[in-house]
Amino acid sequence: MAKIASFGAYIPLFRLSRQEMGNAWGVPAVPGERAVANADEDSLTMAVAAGLDCLAGIDPSSVDGLFFATTTAPYSEKQSAGVIAAALDMRRDINTADFGGSLRAATTALRAAADAIDSGSAGSILVVAADCRLGEPESMWEQLLGDGAGAVLISKEGPAAMRGFHSVAGEQVGAWRRSEDRYVRSFEAKAETQYGYVQSAAQAGKAVLEKEGMAPGDLAKGVITAMDPRSLGTVARSLGLDAGQLQDILFLSVGNPGAALALMMLAGALEQAKAGEKLLVINHGDGADAFLVEVAEAFAPAAGRKGLVGHLLQKRNLPNYTAYVHFRKLMEREEPPLRSSAVTYWRDSRMELNLHGAKCRKCGAVQYPIPRVCGECGTRDELDEVKLDKTGTVYTFTLDHLVGGQYLNVPVPRLVVDLETGGRLFLEMTDGDPQEVKVGMPVEATFRRLHEGSGFHNYYWKCRPLPTAA
Amino acid sequence: MGSIKDKTAIMGVGCTKFGEIWEKDAEDLLVEAVYEALDDAGITPDDIEATWVGVLYNFTGVSGSAAAEPLKLFGKPATRVENFCASGMDAFRNACYAVASGVYDVVLACGVEKLMDTGGSGLPTGEMGHPILGNVSAPGMFALAATRCFHEHGWTKEDLAHVAVKNHKNGALHPKAHFRRPITVENVLNAPMIAWPLGRFDCCAMSDGAAALVVTRPEIAKKSKHKDDYVLTKANALAVHTMQPMYRASFDYLGFPATQAAARLAYEEAGIKNPAKEISFAEVHDCFTITEILNYQDLQFCEPGQGANFVREGHVEVDGDLPVNPSGGLKCFGHPIGATGCRMLYEVTKQLQGRADGAQVKNPRLGLAHNLGGPASVCSVTILGLPE
Repeated sequence: MAKIASFGAYIPLFRLSRQEMGNAWGVPAVPGERAVANADEDSLTMAVAAGLDCLAGIDPSSVDGLFFATTTAPYSEKQSAGVIAAALDMRRDINTADFGGSLRAATTALRAAADAIDSGSAGSILVVAADCRLGEPESMWEQLLGDGAGAVLISKEGPAAMRGFHSVAGEQVGAWRRSEDRYVRSFEAKAETQYGYVQSAAQAGKAVLEKEGMAPGDLAKGVITAMDPRSLGTVARSLGLDAGQLQDILFLSVGNPGAALALMMLAGALEQAKAGEKLLVINHGDGADAFLVEVAEAFAPAAGRKGLVGHLLQKRNLPNYTAYVHFRKLMEREEPPLRSSAVTYWRDSRMELNLHGAKCRKCGAVQYPIPRVCGECGTRDELDEVKLDKTGTVYTFTLDHLVGGQYLNVPVPRLVVDLETGGRLFLEMTDGDPQEVKVGMPVEATFRRLHEGSGFHNYYWKCRPLPTAA
Repeated sequence: MGSIKDKTAIMGVGCTKFGEIWEKDAEDLLVEAVYEALDDAGITPDDIEATWVGVLYNFTGVSGSAAAEPLKLFGKPATRVENFCASGMDAFRNACYAVASGVYDVVLACGVEKLMDTGGSGLPTGEMGHPILGNVSAPGMFALAATRCFHEHGWTKEDLAHVAVKNHKNGALHPKAHFRRPITVENVLNAPMIAWPLGRFDCCAMSDGAAALVVTRPEIAKKSKHKDDYVLTKANALAVHTMQPMYRASFDYLGFPATQAAARLAYEEAGIKNPAKEISFAEVHDCFTITEILNYQDLQFCEPGQGANFVREGHVEVDGDLPVNPSGGLKCFGHPIGATGCRMLYEVTKQLQGRADGAQVKNPRLGLAHNLGGPASVCSVTILGLPE
């Protein structure tokens, strides 16, 4: 039986209050705030962040596969899972796969991962999900959606077990988005909620309870995805669950993060779960998936793993709706032409994605970029590739207003960072306030989308200040 | 290794006005600068046996044709030299070795750049640089040193401002400078930020310009128009250091090793034991105010850590004991990259000859010219002097 060995989450730092959004358009606002991915983030970068959170303290080369679930894949043709696996410094001889096209994709991937473990075709698989869907400006969707990512490590061993998978397939009614559409579409919310969500979610949930011979009272939590609390309540009542048993759907704190919601909610449930508890997980989208999680022992905290709670606590409010427009690129702007080279990018990928440097066997100096001749002792070809630290201290910096031949009003902080175990990196800072950068400040690396030179996504690492609780 | 000392001479110099010269192209600028140098030398283009031209950007010109084509110097050698901001001075350096070898008698060293043709803000970065790693603007590269020096030495933006104020005071007197207006410390501190902590007035401007030198051996110069005041090359040093200081943990950002190395090589070649006393004046690379302050230290004009005091104490004023940038420097001329090294040598030559266009240094004997290019990775130091 497949087990859950670890979990992780990621929520972008920035939040926008729904009241700000309502004010921008002069329309009513629902309560709460939503998470907004930075301009340099997408579903792939957020998946890396959640994956790093999940793998804290775990050797990535011990994992046999990576499944990535999203409805907002950065490429229609080009596998994202392979890039995520490289950024997580996983092996090359693993099973990487993208799961897409539905809000249900993350649990489809979970089921496939569980089946792989059970069949013996893999010892462990990391399942990550992320989404940054866009709602039509001025609409309620824009307020309700949010950006985020979740991750679960499925393995032969772990504190919790998954079983009783049941799926209800292919409902035709529900929100959709064609390939050529930018914004999520909806036809009739009531019908979509009733027949696209409530009906299949309840059906799947009931089937699992029946199959497993369980009563609603046996469950510690119902981890049930939903667009809003009211429709969640309808499903809960039909299953006989009371409000106290329902896992937070992040409605007030994040918004609906699409395919990521199921894994983020599961992470939230697991980090609080006690030994002996049972959780019913239901995920919807073009039908529904449901399964049972049995927690044999509580998950011990892992150093470096923030989980859902840790990310909920780290936030910075965007001042206004205009910031959201800028971050999510809703306005057509002239971009400076940048060049890139797919060949160079491929050749340098272990340096740029895996963030490997090299250590000289003669003098021990850790260097980056990887040279042929040691920069400190001059010895040729006596260097071993090494994994670099992701934390360091600012040695010096500048706040650069000149980028790509343009003068920017808000500068890009560029930091010279000395890594804890040797080596030095030169990184753009993101998420932080340029005016708060100081020599000696501790920073950590974060995987972001650097630019679109030559028409492909140039991903690389930036840095951000070590987070503090809000 | 040998020495170039007293083996070559400058027998003519020319320089255009520097500035935003929209209506002229590289051909116009080069023709003006070169013909001024030829006239100063009393020779014609037929007398030029070989040419070296400093150009950084391909859009200004490529290959030796960058000079040969506008000047119609056909049927003889011409070479484009590119070494970041040291391009122009390196063109001169190569020209010197050509005549010192005896293979050539009279050659041309020149430099030109048409930065104003590019549009946009700041030096164009599209051509150079890695698509992913190490991207930073030119001011940003040197700002990293300013930030660290502020941290280590307690220097301030006001310390840097004194450099800009001094250079503008000098530039106001020079008819060929781009900027000819004195400024105050307040102007500098209130200027818009470009790459913290460097603001607009801490940075040299984008500019167009060209300069040229006619180079020969002393025995030929002795029979030329400048037979009584030709200028001798005492040293032609060039040193390259890392292009990736932002990736090398051993780089302290408190000075530039390329300059330190080139200075040592130059002083050894020229037989100079006490540079602060023996160098009469210098034209140094003040791409940014912080660079000039670190140049004082790296060129051994003052002790490490004392650069800010050195300018505050007035040593580098035109009437001080070691005038730096009496022309107004890159700050007032701007920095048409290929041209700058040659412009400095034009200036040092005319200062030594007592016929400076602007502020005149009193009784100079040895003049030093310094360029520091790229991410401070290439440094050229040339020392010129009058015959003993």
